[in-house]
Amino acid sequence: MATTFHIAVCAGIVPDPLQTLEPTTTPGGPAIKNEMLLPAVLDPWAASALYEAADLASRVPGSKLWLVSLGPKARLQQVMMTVAQKVAFELVPIDSPQGGFADAAATAEAIASTIEAIPNLDRAKLLLFGGWESASRGAGVTLQFVGERLRIADQFFGVDQIIVHDDGSFEVLERVEGGKHQVSVCAGAPAVLGWATGNLAEPRNNPQIGMANMRTVMPALQRAKAAALDANGLRYVAVSLPRQQRETRVVQDMTPDQIAAELVAWIGKDR
Amino acid sequence: MGTIAIPETKTMLTIPGDPVRQLLWRFAGRFDLQMLVQSARGVARGTVARLVAAGERNTHEWTAAKNAMLDAFDSAGITAAFMEPEEGGFIAGPKNLALGLAAFELAWVDGGAATASLAGFLALSPIHERGMPEQVDRYMKLAAPPQPGENRKPWRGAFALTEPIPYVGVDTGMLGGKVRVAEWKDGQEPWLQIDKRGRFISGIAFANFVTAAVSSGDERIKGSCVVILEETDKGAFDRGTSTKKLVHQLSSTGDPVFNLRIPAGRIVGGYTVKEGVIIPNFNHTEVIDAVFRRTRVPVGLMTAAKLLSSVEPVIRYQRQRFRGAEGARPGSVRYEQGIQQREDALHRLVDVWAAGEAAASLGFAAARLFDELDPLEKQKTALMKDRGISGGRAVMKALKESEQRAVELLALKQSDPRRAQLEADPLVQFVLKDAEANVLCPATKLWNTGHGANMMREAVSLMGGYGITEDCPGFLANKWMDAQLEATYEGPEAVQRRQLTVTMIGDVFLALFAAWTKQMREIASSHPGTGACTLASAMNLWAWTLNHLQRSTDAAGNKLYHGQRQGVTFALADALSWLMASRCQILDVLELETRGAQDASVSEGLAGTVQFLSDLCHTQAAQAAGEVSRICAELVFGYNRHPSWDDEERRNCFLASELEDLEQTVPGIMAMAVDVLAADGSHPAKAGPCASCAGASDFLRMQSKLTRCLTGSRLAKDRAAETVSKVVIPEALDYPAAGPA
Ligand SMILES: Cc1cc2nc3c(=O)[nH]c(=O)nc-3n(C[C@H](O)[C@H](O)[C@H](O)COP(=O)(O)OP(=O)(O)OC[C@H]3O[C@@H](n4cnc5c(N)ncnc54)[C@H](O)[C@@H]3O)c2cc1C
Repeated sequence: MATTFHIAVCAGIVPDPLQTLEPTTTPGGPAIKNEMLLPAVLDPWAASALYEAADLASRVPGSKLWLVSLGPKARLQQVMMTVAQKVAFELVPIDSPQGGFADAAATAEAIASTIEAIPNLDRAKLLLFGGWESASRGAGVTLQFVGERLRIADQFFGVDQIIVHDDGSFEVLERVEGGKHQVSVCAGAPAVLGWATGNLAEPRNNPQIGMANMRTVMPALQRAKAAALDANGLRYVAVSLPRQQRETRVVQDMTPDQIAAELVAWIGKDR
Repeated sequence: MGTIAIPETKTMLTIPGDPVRQLLWRFAGRFDLQMLVQSARGVARGTVARLVAAGERNTHEWTAAKNAMLDAFDSAGITAAFMEPEEGGFIAGPKNLALGLAAFELAWVDGGAATASLAGFLALSPIHERGMPEQVDRYMKLAAPPQPGENRKPWRGAFALTEPIPYVGVDTGMLGGKVRVAEWKDGQEPWLQIDKRGRFISGIAFANFVTAAVSSGDERIKGSCVVILEETDKGAFDRGTSTKKLVHQLSSTGDPVFNLRIPAGRIVGGYTVKEGVIIPNFNHTEVIDAVFRRTRVPVGLMTAAKLLSSVEPVIRYQRQRFRGAEGARPGSVRYEQGIQQREDALHRLVDVWAAGEAAASLGFAAARLFDELDPLEKQKTALMKDRGISGGRAVMKALKESEQRAVELLALKQSDPRRAQLEADPLVQFVLKDAEANVLCPATKLWNTGHGANMMREAVSLMGGYGITEDCPGFLANKWMDAQLEATYEGPEAVQRRQLTVTMIGDVFLALFAAWTKQMREIASSHPGTGACTLASAMNLWAWTLNHLQRSTDAAGNKLYHGQRQGVTFALADALSWLMASRCQILDVLELETRGAQDASVSEGLAGTVQFLSDLCHTQAAQAAGEVSRICAELVFGYNRHPSWDDEERRNCFLASELEDLEQTVPGIMAMAVDVLAADGSHPAKAGPCASCAGASDFLRMQSKLTRCLTGSRLAKDRAAETVSKVVIPEALDYPAAGPA
């Protein structure tokens, strides 16, 4: 296979979902109570993207893998003690305050400009991986913004599988309602793939891989540039934990306008 | 009248996480160790927890599922943690802290799992510590887990010292296992016949090789040695029946029988031949001493892990106890706090937590110390060799001078120019660390497991009936029972006390102890809330008592401090262990406070965490002080004969009629006098006239000071209890409890 990929996985860190998470209000806006004191993990959706990326890179020889992560660097370092043992990658950290309440556009801007500056990254070969949403606030738009900002038009979300063909084109399975997948074929990189869970089990920890990664992880963390994220006028009216709720209907023959109108009515109901 | 301002205190918000632990236990700069921790944790809270939850502990036999756990150790790097990088490991340099951390993580879920991993290291240790280079090379390579792409089963080992009754147990000198010459052709390597029976041998179900202690049954072999047996050696390699143990069922234990022929090259450390006699380079005692010194510390850390692991499940149980009941509505005290409304429930949990912290601090301090000692020991061996000094006695004699220099160094003022020279002397450094290690290692094994087992019982009781069931989250009942084994294997408490009896009276150790006592007072002046002052007073009392007992005799004129007088020596060893644990705990909290301020991952919330951990220190120091005070008082007074009513002492009593007369001139004396005989000769209802005791006033003065030093300790406990009632815990435990899979 002549094709090689340059895969950049965007993955933030979030509080360990087992922890008791309670939103609070701070002078700087909403936050999770004691967030800096709670153990953090790699955002679970994005973690699937990382494992899939490593698997893909191992199947397409010559490919490269970067993990681009925005968060407080001291916390990133803690998370790396586990994540760096899973698969081989090069870390590209961006130092920023913790939190799932940052403006997605500002976050995307910081990530996109960092990716643009990665030496030896060939944008023509770029597969931009990440989670289709985040376990922190789940706005689900950051990756799309990064893609737009890097002018990547082919974007797939809720991805569970990628199969690469010999000519560099690939088939992507995206989740759609009703437990089904939509199959698309993309002519080749560059593309954005926002992953759901994928199909791979979480790789076991292997300190040998970890020690190899640490040779580049630690210097990268020391060099990490701080990003000040502009609020862009973003203001939160209220913050609460998601209620566990699911109202699914499988419908056919509805126009997009009808769907949109129904959604608007549904959102309005909560007021 | 002015009022006293009570300083505002910060409250700890969450249970201390990894960044705090890394600072407390000093591996914040060690990424290899941090990764090992995460990796071992993954196996413990994944594979191991699922095995326990699925009831795999309910069989004594070695099962496929238990065996799969060993593979999980291999692939997670736990097995390789013992190896050098060139042997397939990933940690360079000494590995005592690494093994301690791995054992801690595994035991957090199950002690047997930790034992299963440690048993392999135990088997390799004789070879690692005393083996010839080619022996080390062969067995370390065979035991290293396969590298990616390698298709090889790693070898596993067992260590066979203990024998069926009436041979080796606590007394390791009484070896029944024999080595004899089977065949010795001129100019060729001799063949040896080994006959050894083992009892309670860990890892025997799957061992490919065994390191076994045997003594000579042949005049052509001198003394004793440790030999390496392989499962394919000619003869019988019978693994025997599984031990029906009630604890640590995820490890294999059995009573094997070996009847094998091996080449003499399997003697650990090699041999020389002198006048037709095979002289092993190391006798079995020299080998096992080197091994146990290191492997006992991780065992102590296992019990520490269990105590700390019980905190979260107990808090969750206490808080949720009444939820769902009528009248316990969300928001009500009953709903939110549950049993935590009750002071005793909180106080007892504080005690468990404090003991866990102290045990971990002591164990990790010992592990780090061995990491420092290992290279110094190598340096010492090389220096001795250069000077042509060999043999245990000759080396000890040569080190005497270094010991004097070490004692001298400890007495020098900080500003003394001679310090630098003494400090730079590697032999001085060696004797200092060695003296400390010779106390910290047995203290860890003794106190962590012995007192730890008692405190695990407390933890179980905090869960009520649930605590003693299989489904108790955190497997607390298993952990309690298991702690008793940790107190027994690798040298039961008696062995540790016996070692302390010798090491705690060494000149270098006592000089260190004096310096540490001073250091505690200094800490107390900058950190009054840590209990350091209480501890310093208790340390003074212990040192005074030791000195007194070394010079005193009992009522019959027999020496008190004597190897055979375990009633004295063992009790003092216990008391010292309490002090050592408490000291290490305080030092760790100071480290956290100092380093934490500069560490972005803990600086937020640091003040609250330091406050809470200091309160635990204070609580623990008060308990240690109580123990030391009780033990020392018993020893100082307990060996004197009590005066009796029908003896000489009776003559020293007042007569009631005398007192009545005296009352005229000394008003109030009647109320003061206790030993008064009535006109008819009858006496107060008690054992005899009150005892007095030589030296008593010094002791009582110190003991009374110590008692007063407890001031504030219960306030610290109250504060800690308040935190325990508020601290945020995760929604659920991060490993399963028993129940349908
Ligand atoms: C599950 C398990 C795994 C084990 N794994 C191994 C292994 O892998 N390899 C191995 O070689 N051994 C192993 N052992 C054996 C273990 O180390 C011994 O049980 C232990 O050393 C005690 O020996 P013993 O049982 O013969 O006790 P004993 O020697 O009979 O002692 C019993 C008690 O008598 C008292 N006592 C005895 N001697 C003295 C003394 N001098 N001074 C004061 N009091 C004394 C103490 O209270 C002591 O606890 C294991 C044991 C168990 C239960």
